[in-house]
Amino acid sequence: MSIRIVNATLPSGESADFTIDHGVFTDDTSADRTIDASGLQALPGLVDLHTHLREPGFEQSETVLSGTRAAAMGGFTAVFAMANTMPVQDTAGVVEQVQSLGNDHGYATVRPIGAVTEGLGGTTLSEIGAMANSRAGVRVFSDDGKCVHNALLMRRALEYVKTFDGVVAQHAQEPTLTVDAQMNEGAVSSELGLAGWPAVAEESIIARDVLLAEHVGARLHICHLSTAGSVDVIRWAKARGIAVTAEVTPHHLLLTDELVRGYDARFKVNPPLRRDEDVLALRAALADGTIDIVATDHAPHPPEAKECSWAEAAFGMVGLESALNVVQEAVVDSGQLSWADVARVLSQKPAEIGRLDGYATPFALGSAANLVLIDPSARSTFSTASLRGKGTNSPYLGRELPGRVMTTIHNGYETVRDGEVVDAAEVADNARCAATEANNV
Amino acid sequence: MRHLLTTQGLPRDEAIAILDVAEDMAAVGEREVKKLPTLRGKTVINLFFEDSTRTRISFEAAAKRLSADVINFAAKGSSVSKGENLKDTAQTLAAMGADAVVVRHWASGAPKTLADSGWIDAGIVNAGDGTHEHPTQALLDAFTIRRRLHGSASRGRDLDGVSVTIVGDIVHSRVARSNVWLLTTLGAKVTLVAPATLLPVNLSGWPVDVSFDLDHAIAQGPDVIMMLRVQGERMAAAFFPNAREYSKQWGLNDERMRALPASSMVMHPGPMNRGLEISAAAADSPQSTVLDQVRNGVSVRMSVLYHLLSGAVER
Amino acid sequence: MSVRTVLQHADITRALTRISHEILESNRGSDDLVILGIPTRGVTLANRISAIIESVDSAVIPAGALDVTMYRDDLAQNPTRPTRPTDIPHGGIDGKTVVLVDDVLYSGRTIRAALDALGDLGRPRAVRLAVLVDRGHREFPIRADFVGKNLPSSMEERINVRLEEIDGVDEVTIG
Repeated sequence: MSIRIVNATLPSGESADFTIDHGVFTDDTSADRTIDASGLQALPGLVDLHTHLREPGFEQSETVLSGTRAAAMGGFTAVFAMANTMPVQDTAGVVEQVQSLGNDHGYATVRPIGAVTEGLGGTTLSEIGAMANSRAGVRVFSDDGKCVHNALLMRRALEYVKTFDGVVAQHAQEPTLTVDAQMNEGAVSSELGLAGWPAVAEESIIARDVLLAEHVGARLHICHLSTAGSVDVIRWAKARGIAVTAEVTPHHLLLTDELVRGYDARFKVNPPLRRDEDVLALRAALADGTIDIVATDHAPHPPEAKECSWAEAAFGMVGLESALNVVQEAVVDSGQLSWADVARVLSQKPAEIGRLDGYATPFALGSAANLVLIDPSARSTFSTASLRGKGTNSPYLGRELPGRVMTTIHNGYETVRDGEVVDAAEVADNARCAATEANNV
Repeated sequence: MRHLLTTQGLPRDEAIAILDVAEDMAAVGEREVKKLPTLRGKTVINLFFEDSTRTRISFEAAAKRLSADVINFAAKGSSVSKGENLKDTAQTLAAMGADAVVVRHWASGAPKTLADSGWIDAGIVNAGDGTHEHPTQALLDAFTIRRRLHGSASRGRDLDGVSVTIVGDIVHSRVARSNVWLLTTLGAKVTLVAPATLLPVNLSGWPVDVSFDLDHAIAQGPDVIMMLRVQGERMAAAFFPNAREYSKQWGLNDERMRALPASSMVMHPGPMNRGLEISAAAADSPQSTVLDQVRNGVSVRMSVLYHLLSGAVER
Repeated sequence: MSVRTVLQHADITRALTRISHEILESNRGSDDLVILGIPTRGVTLANRISAIIESVDSAVIPAGALDVTMYRDDLAQNPTRPTRPTDIPHGGIDGKTVVLVDDVLYSGRTIRAALDALGDLGRPRAVRLAVLVDRGHREFPIRADFVGKNLPSSMEERINVRLEEIDGVDEVTIG
């Protein structure tokens, strides 16, 4: 089915009509169906370099199906699935299984991330080559949730991953400085009597790793950067020509540790919510390019993982459905980022870091039809009704946020239509057709 | 009062009202019939996720003197510690008809979570949560100071101008936190003394003076010196080298006791490590209020339960 | 509703003097008498009665205070009440004739609470009740032995007793 979209505003600000057919942008002017995008902002399909889909192993929290439905609802057409599944994504078999589940459901392209170390154990490298050369074509490797804290092992990982044009995505957390850590270490943790997670535990690992990356000439990606000091280290490293990229989560762009005062475990996340000064530094760094991308660290949990005391609660927040709203609230409406910047930090650049094809020249004739139409003038109260994944552990419940995803198109077919996720059977059907056509070409 | 979760933010008037009623409760404790019918028909549950016999029996005595039914629920070592979560426990207590839950928990903020959750409608009293707060301990400390200073003329008075020096493991101490907020609300001037390892890393929001030097603090002649319990496991975690060095630097030994003005009170929330943070002579001296603190604990907790469970309920 | 003064300083003094004589008369003297006021204004009245008796009988009559807050049956219906000190004179109440003193007798619930409170403090030989004003509307089978003034009132009316020691003026108003 071909779709014509008229009166859309492109990231550049120009108004445009375009047609998509057989999964790509074409110059036809007729189509089976027309979407009037007057007043809507078109963005390339969003790419999340940091998603926890939880399958296999933790299907009570999320599955590839429920997680990619959440992704589509948030305007994402591709997600990189973190390796901390059960079994861990540390072999070709597991990563191929995860990718094929994504392909079958069709809501988003699922690119598995491979574990750096076997079983995330931090001692032995996993079969990085086998994963890179598998059908899943893994290019991003991460022990996320745990830091690759052994310096020699990190050095070897950087070197070995470089061999396969991959990148190590480091969860920067010095473990000995964060034993039992519960929240950002500072004025608020001192009052609340919660064990602190000091900024230096993140910054010291980043400093070490950028120097290691420089030494071995490898790419390095820093997950969920959260402190002003980390921004300084990355800025210094980039000025020195080190091949480091960095991500920030939407929640670290908006929320601070003041929210922990009520001990509501929805605000418990790792790395923790930081101070106001950190939030402002992260926004500025995203605007000036020091931080390359926004990634969600979508981390769904079942209700019981949060219905307990703060110390007993799991770390993590769901973030796919709210990412764009939060980015708009934190940095677009304030004028720090344009929509073209949003396209860069939430689509082109994460695709580039993850070596994901099809996102380099959005909206160009012949390129893959992955796009999202949003209504930036909408405002609504975020609630569990806004969520499509299994997790309800969102820190935004009850908060008014701007923007609404009206349409998401993945590989030329709709996954969100009129603001609602399209039925799973229809999406799977369209995904199958798209795959068959791709094979025939 | 709906709950008592912290002393941070407890208004001065409310704090004084609690202390004033506690004065009358102390008088009840001196009569032959030590019981009042006030909370007849109310159920108070002592929910203890952490052992503390002293605090539990103090609350138990307080509730019983007010004629409440008391149920002790030691969650430690029971099904609760084996995976039953706070929500299930709270709903169980609600189903048992709890009017007030006195909760001791190893996790900071657990009483607040209970109070805010909607899982249970009962009034919540924080009987010590992790390294956060222990509001009834601070209230009984304030009560003890006020009584020593003003005797039978205590009613209605605050602690304006009283200097209090708190010494020891501040960072892990819920007693210190609750005392810092309450004593300053009541007008006292609080000084914290500890090695930097045992002080919170950021004290910018705390209305206190900080010193590393106990001798200097004693030379200031504080009205009250409050010694905190030091736990042995802190040594293993490199907070200080060993007991001898700690005792030498930050213990209230006989020499320091002599340097303290004769009018200064020596307080300790108990249980004491005699010979570590406090010498036996200091603990047993007439200046020591340790046993007064225990005695006053019951009166103050009676007052707290009365404030929580009487009065038209704001829900 | 207009507020009018029903007792002034002289009326109150006269009423208390009469009550004091009646107490002495019914007790056949001042032996084993204990006067206990119910806070707040009952305590002031008890002290005055004690002083009057002392001036006419030249005997020292112990006066004290009996707080009944913790014995009330309406604690759940009202905002939390502060307690007041209970002060039992040296010698206690066992075997004594206790005269309870309050400013206004209304439903009788305060006196019911006072009788319970007394029971926890000892065993008096007899308990009597003296009030400055009896306004009626009893909800318990309780009556006063000594009354300053019977003041029939409607339940909507408010009776306000003000005493010099506390309020700077002696007067009883209704309105």
